[in-house]
This record gives sequence, structure tokens and C-alpha cells, in this order.
Amino acid sequence: MKLGRVIGTVVATTQVEGLAGVRFLLVQPLGKDRKPKGRAIVAADGVAMAAPDDLVYYVSSREASLALPEPFVPVDDAIVGLVDEVELTVP
Amino acid sequence: MKLGRVSGTVVSTICAPAYAKHKLLICDLLDDAETPSGDYLIAIDRVGAGPGERVLILDEGNSARQVLARPNAPVRAVIVGIVDEVHRSA
Repeated sequence: MKLGRVIGTVVATTQVEGLAGVRFLLVQPLGKDRKPKGRAIVAADGVAMAAPDDLVYYVSSREASLALPEPFVPVDDAIVGLVDEVELTVP
Repeated sequence: MKLGRVSGTVVSTICAPAYAKHKLLICDLLDDAETPSGDYLIAIDRVGAGPGERVLILDEGNSARQVLARPNAPVRAVIVGIVDEVHRSA
């Protein structure tokens, strides 16, 4: 699982079966210092509560679909939690 | 599995049910010389690892679900051991 910042929303009207009702968000992956790292990804919202500017963590690959109401749908990444606080003990 | 070093914690109230009541730790990934490779993972702690400790991280979904005993958990990374020693033969 990795940290990310929600930087936008993605709306797709035409999509494969099973993705209906799933919210998609644009997420910028972050390093542990919360600085942007790599390219933005589109992640499904597994908590149905994430919004732009939120600090989140997300899971990738097959586990992503398990965060959604309908399992085994085609998604690469899914947000599985909102971050309240990150405490670094070793910088 | 991967070698890591615990370098922080993540506090999260709103999360997928499988994450509730679990401790989430930020782990630096270590290379074979045990120096941080620059990458990190957020992992669920199953062994009570503390800051600075070297740990064994599972980064595979099926095994993670087995360790957590939750067949449909959207979880990939779990800390499954605290490393005492690593011996390199070469």
C-alpha cells in the first residue's frame, strides 16, 4: 500500500459492466515525505468518501477490486483509507 | 517477501473494514546490503514491530489475506516477522 493525494475526479459514462457506481479519482502517488513521486494514477474509491485534496492510501493489482462492492471488476488501484496523520520516526 | 525497516506510522480512521483496528506502519525497503533503497511500503503490522526495527514484509495479496484470515481483504502488504540477523554468504 502507498500514500497518495487526491488531485481530481474522473467521470466515465461508458464503461464495462461491474464498474457502474464506482467513483474514480485522480491520485498523485507520494513518497513517505508526502512529496509527489511518479505519474498520477486513476484509482477507484474503495471507501466512497475520498475527495480532492485528501491524503489517502491505496492498494494496487488484484487486491484493488476487493475494496469495491462488486469484487473482481477490472481496476488497477483502489483507495482503501483516508490518512489522519503520518508520523515519521526515522526520516 | 521483502526486507524493510520501520520508519513511521499512518493513522487512519476512515478505512476499508479489513484495515480497522490494525496498526499501519511505513517501512523503508532495504536492498541486499541493508541500506534503504529509496522506496517504501505501508504495511499492516502483525508482529508488534517498533520504529527502526528491521522487518520481513509480505507483499502479495493471497498470502496477506491468509495471514489476516479474511478471504476478501483488499490488503497486500503485511509485516510477518522481525529480523534478528541477515547473513550474506558472498
